Amino acid sequence: MSKDASATFVNIGERTNVTGSAKFKKLILNDDYEAALDVARQQVESGAQIIDINMDEAMLDSEAAMTRFMNLIASEPDISRVPIMIDSSKWTVIEAGLKCVQGKSIVNSISLKEGEEPFFEQARKLKRYGAAVVVMAFDQDGQADTADRKVEICTRSYKLLTEKIGFPPEDIIFDPNIFAVATGIEEHNGYALDFIEATRRIKETLPHCHVSGGVSNISFSFRGNEPIREAMHSVFLYYAIQAGMDMGIVNAGQLAVYADIPENLKERVEDVILNRRDDATDRLLEIADEYRGAGKKRVVDLAWREKTVQERLSHALVNGITDFIDEDTEEARLQAERPLHVIEGPLMDGMNVVGDLFGSGKMFLPQVVKSGSRYEESGRASDSFYRRRESEEPQC
Amino acid sequence: MTSSRQDRRAQLAAAIQSRILVLDGAMGTMIQSYDLDEAAFRGDRFKDWTHDLRGNNDLLCLTQPEILSEIHRAYLDAGADILETNTFSSTSIAQADYGLQDYARELNLESARSARKVCDDVTALTPDKPRFVAGTLGPTNRTASISPDVNDPAKRNTSFDELRTAYFEAVEGLVEGGADLLMVETIFDTLNAKAALFAIEDVFEKTGDRLPVMISGTITDASGRTLSGQTAEAFWNSVRHVAPFTIGLNCALGAEQLRPYVSEISRIADTNLCTYPNAGLPNEFGEYDQSPEEMGALIGSWADDGLVNAVGGCCGTTPDHIRAIADAVDGKAPRVIPTVERKLRLSGLEPFALAS
Repeated sequence: MSKDASATFVNIGERTNVTGSAKFKKLILNDDYEAALDVARQQVESGAQIIDINMDEAMLDSEAAMTRFMNLIASEPDISRVPIMIDSSKWTVIEAGLKCVQGKSIVNSISLKEGEEPFFEQARKLKRYGAAVVVMAFDQDGQADTADRKVEICTRSYKLLTEKIGFPPEDIIFDPNIFAVATGIEEHNGYALDFIEATRRIKETLPHCHVSGGVSNISFSFRGNEPIREAMHSVFLYYAIQAGMDMGIVNAGQLAVYADIPENLKERVEDVILNRRDDATDRLLEIADEYRGAGKKRVVDLAWREKTVQERLSHALVNGITDFIDEDTEEARLQAERPLHVIEGPLMDGMNVVGDLFGSGKMFLPQVVKSGSRYEESGRASDSFYRRRESEEPQC
Repeated sequence: MTSSRQDRRAQLAAAIQSRILVLDGAMGTMIQSYDLDEAAFRGDRFKDWTHDLRGNNDLLCLTQPEILSEIHRAYLDAGADILETNTFSSTSIAQADYGLQDYARELNLESARSARKVCDDVTALTPDKPRFVAGTLGPTNRTASISPDVNDPAKRNTSFDELRTAYFEAVEGLVEGGADLLMVETIFDTLNAKAALFAIEDVFEKTGDRLPVMISGTITDASGRTLSGQTAEAFWNSVRHVAPFTIGLNCALGAEQLRPYVSEISRIADTNLCTYPNAGLPNEFGEYDQSPEEMGALIGSWADDGLVNAVGGCCGTTPDHIRAIADAVDGKAPRVIPTVERKLRLSGLEPFALAS
């Protein structure tokens, strides 16, 4: 599958960020760059198409840490094959990162927070380094929270960049601020909708630009309850992507499949994200405990293992689970008349489900990529049997 | 009478639209044929220099300027439109091997002046075929993306800032010496090239005058990647922000091996394409033995297929090769520059694109 044809939503890995990942922060503070590289590698393997790197930590020499980590990544082709998002609130750290990358990166971020002068200065430098840029919906009056303010600041930034200094509009990525919903504070209830509405208007009125955001912010009030958070991310993205959000900083390995969210949970999460009723937060809280810890349980929830082998292969593909792929493929092969029938049968069926879910926006690209690699693994298993059998029984 | 820089720029823009332009060929191969000894390289000026100087071809602009002029002249007589200055290693970083780091600016200045003079002389004889000087910036002998120590992958023996400073000085010399174009070439580490391009922009900002920029990468082997690991398209995504006058490939491979990558860049690059391969692959003695006729035929086929806007020769090529190439592309239409869809185009080692 070519990235060009299918990249309608780009998944940016968030785990190599000391402000967002306690684990990564600990590794960097302990000088364990080897393990920190593994985190980066895992993200790429689990489907991140870009990786976000952030070293903003008071206890660190952030410039030195950025330089060292970027130089190390340059030596790891399975990581450095993807572009990098250089993420810092400090310009000096951003520049340190830019000086280490041969590829074309994204810088995250600049804004009108300190006025037009530094904004222009930084944007001009980015043009010279050859980088795309995330522009935050932030100006001297503060961070935009309503849809109107988000659109206003993004529009102003777009005009300044494209008209005053000739910044390529396709290299501008707006971050209209994803804020937490369901916090118990009434004014926060509309934050997801404000983002979605702003995204729609930005994409309609500012040609060629892109919209991104830090997705995990939306569910901040459910810290510690991963299943609820995953469901919120998935529902939020389902609507934001339809509005034109085309990139997001997410944990590639942890996104619930929209179609698989239990109905009861989905309805309540949608009430919260879409601000459909005043008691939405309470109603989600009511059922939140039922799901708490389900993340852990889910790992050992093997109910799907009771199904037929065809259904199991399909489930493994859709959910990108490798654990049983060899034995399931082998079982399917033993049942099938010929090994090829495994590929033509359950494997194709599974990939058709993936295709349908993706086509209707219920699976995101990284999930599809992961399924694709599971398909390949299973296909390889069948294929080797197929070849062996072909050579043993040439009449076939 | 010599024309002004502005006039020449207009002539260059018109020329590349109307025909396939021809670059010169190898400098090193030609210099070798003079069989210069240590004393010849040193000349009078460096006769007591602390380091051996034989092999420092870039120094000849100071010590044997007439040899340089002869070679330049031979390439123009063979039909080249564009002369590359003899400055492949004229950065303070590369010259440090000879202890000549302090002469970097002068080397660039004098090499550009030398090429300028030969171009102007020949243009005066054939005013309908103006000749141009491309001030070349080589990769240096250090890389900003690759560790020199296998046990310490984060280590580097140069940095973006060091390269940028060195290139700035070189570019200033080339511009002052009369270059019409600037050419970042034989790029095997794109980060080095980005530092050069950054320095070029710095000089443009300082002088208030922009020169057309040529960028030429090097695909090192059949992997189809640069030494630092980028595919051709990833490389293009890394440098297209400077809106170069030409993009293309040179060195490492012969025309035959280079063709798929030229074809790839031709498809994706919305600017002129300039390529100058080696005279085949080196034989077991490290010599290039592809004949002018063979090379001309290969490059002629690129022109037939509409792949190129400018061509020339790299290692192992001679004025005879350039004559054969010039004949092979003569009268053939230059490549039509494709319209490319506006997308967010990024790269790591591999390209990335996202439509709006």
